[in-house]
Amino acid sequence: METENTYNYKVVRQFAVMTVIWGIVGMTVGVLIAAQLVWPALNFDTPWLTFSRLRPLHTNAVIFAFGGSALFATSYYVVQRTCQTRLFSDGLAAFTFWGWTLVILLAAITLPLGITTSKEYAELEWPIDILITIVWVAYAIVFFGTIAKRKVKHIYVANWFYGAFILTIAVLHLVNSAELPVSLTKSYSFYPGAIDAMVQWWYGHNAVGFFLTAGFLGMMYYFIPKQAERPVYSYRLSVVHFWALISTYMWAGPHHLHYTALPDWAQSLGMVFSLILLAPSWGGMINGMMTLSGAWHKLRTDPILKFLIVSLSFYGMSTFEGPMMAIKTVNALSHYTDWTIGHVHSGALGWVGLVSIGSIYYVIPKVFNRERMYSIKLMDTHFWVATIGIVLYIVSMWISGVMQGLMWRAVNDDGTLTYSFVESLKAMYPYYTVRMLGGLLYLSGMFIMAYNVFKTISGSQPAPAPATQTA
Amino acid sequence: MSNFWHWWVTIITVGNILACYWLIRWAAKARPGEAAAGEVTGHKWDDGTLEEFNNPMPRWWLWLFYATIIFSLGYLALYPGLGNFAGKLGWTSTNQYEAEIKQANAEYSPIFSAFAKQSVEDLAQDPKAVKIGQRLFLNYCSSCHGSDAGGARGFPNLTDGDWLYGGSPDAIKTTILDGRNGVMPPWKDALGEQGVAEVTQYVISLSGRKHDAAQAEAGKSRFEMMCSACHGMDGKGNQAMGAPNLTDNIWLYGGSPGTIAQTISNGRSGRMPAHRDFLGEDKVHLLAAYIYSLSQH
Repeated sequence: METENTYNYKVVRQFAVMTVIWGIVGMTVGVLIAAQLVWPALNFDTPWLTFSRLRPLHTNAVIFAFGGSALFATSYYVVQRTCQTRLFSDGLAAFTFWGWTLVILLAAITLPLGITTSKEYAELEWPIDILITIVWVAYAIVFFGTIAKRKVKHIYVANWFYGAFILTIAVLHLVNSAELPVSLTKSYSFYPGAIDAMVQWWYGHNAVGFFLTAGFLGMMYYFIPKQAERPVYSYRLSVVHFWALISTYMWAGPHHLHYTALPDWAQSLGMVFSLILLAPSWGGMINGMMTLSGAWHKLRTDPILKFLIVSLSFYGMSTFEGPMMAIKTVNALSHYTDWTIGHVHSGALGWVGLVSIGSIYYVIPKVFNRERMYSIKLMDTHFWVATIGIVLYIVSMWISGVMQGLMWRAVNDDGTLTYSFVESLKAMYPYYTVRMLGGLLYLSGMFIMAYNVFKTISGSQPAPAPATQTA
Repeated sequence: MSNFWHWWVTIITVGNILACYWLIRWAAKARPGEAAAGEVTGHKWDDGTLEEFNNPMPRWWLWLFYATIIFSLGYLALYPGLGNFAGKLGWTSTNQYEAEIKQANAEYSPIFSAFAKQSVEDLAQDPKAVKIGQRLFLNYCSSCHGSDAGGARGFPNLTDGDWLYGGSPDAIKTTILDGRNGVMPPWKDALGEQGVAEVTQYVISLSGRKHDAAQAEAGKSRFEMMCSACHGMDGKGNQAMGAPNLTDNIWLYGGSPGTIAQTISNGRSGRMPAHRDFLGEDKVHLLAAYIYSLSQH
């Protein structure tokens, strides 16, 4: 196969398949802990099955294993196709695959054992942090090395976003993981008190901004124009929203710490930059959506485009919701409630999940040398099952979140609180059930995908004419 | 913050916001020879299958961008944000908190001070007072003592009429206002393994349960020597120091032989936090009325 000699598709195949597998693993854990909130007995009084230990496993698995694999797979694919050159180093690329797999396996062992730094989305202990750093440096060398030896003059916009994601995650990880080890499995943060909280949420929000937004915008900028067979809507818009997005995201972290010990000035800056962030975030949505103008009819028949375009709708919705929730008065109601969980999942399931799924459906036949996916109908089924799942999930969390916020602040004529905490918890049960069902639907979609991917890979019909490199 | 950091924060913040504005203006400018709206830029990737238009940025989107920039500059002029600059409104989160507390106190404290004039015993008969007391209890006490005040392991049941520090209105109020520190010292070293086993059997015998008579007999003298100072010769406890009554078969940490042996060996430490500063005497008065009412049936 000629493409095989031109491009390194092996590492793309590995990461693409693992995206599906880690997706199933991470979301299964998610459904289990959602079920534990409905039926607490489901932790079977076993320490490593408790919510507190499985919740970080769920977040790490879906963000870094599922999302990470999708980013590795697509960035390696996109950077080769748009630079028209093979990856900088096959050996280093293979190292990133096995290294990242090892990181995930170590996370899957240590988190249930209760080994944690207790910093959200950065729970892994210091030896794993070091491994992540090494893998990430290798990733950066492969990616930027490939850009450096590109055979086209301009760097494609998708690669700006992938590049920003890779660089920024390196900085965030290094700064936030500064810790003092006391043993192989325990360390303490280098930073004290409120500074630690600020560093943590500078990291936490930029993990959302650069891992879960910039990286996936890179995906969007390649797969939407390719699948729609239309040029990207506006180069100008992509320049403005790229630079505005990466510069303003950096400031938004303090909105996670409204009305805390964080100084007022830092809270204000977090709030105003979160608001400025709205337009740059929407720039990506507009550019993706408008790319489809002139090809809207394709949405009717093409499930990949459905995944990609609906993912942009959820992206637009959650990047509107985010700045609103960062406003202090709104945050006073929404903070610590399920509203946050709903917001995060409209981003995670709707945006990150759907854009990854659509992109992987595009990539799998290409890198396994098949004409198309085994079943278009099953892709369509997956799309509807996933979309209904997301709607159930976020609507139930909106209702329960707003209800929690209102119940917690309700006061009687005498100034006493109307509801005790446990009463608000009791009111959540129906919504927790609906949320679990939503998650279950989304997970079922992943099983449909796994079957379709398996049949595609094991099928015997190769594509008739493999694409060749013509720089 | 020092002058350096003040300017650092101010310059970077304002600089970043203005840079966004400059970026828009810079990008919106048409350049000679550049592709017009609806034309591709001429850049090609991926075997010529990927191109890009050079359409102008949507106007509504630009206005949205400008609006957030203007709002942000306005907000930073009114509220703290730019380093040491306090903002024109003089708002701080501490001020806001204190103003809200002051307003709440002005509104609600007459209600509580009216109740404070009546005795706890009378209030315990007043459904309205008991209801308010219960709400306070559910929010401030139930996480340890349970929603039904039935207690949990290590946290006393408040409904059974068995009191560690006394169940009179005054004793209850003192407990809530100033807290309590219950300390049972560890006796492992003084008693030895055999001694712990014997005293355990004796303690079990005190509440009339099935026990090993020989061991209990041996434990009796040890108990009288080492335990009676707090728990009394008869094991009925001492409310002045919060030493539990061991004869009523009510157990704070559990009454199984193993648990009792553990309590004797390693001791126990219980802490009821003080609420005087947090809730104030008037609210505690109502809370005491509710708790008092629970054991008056």
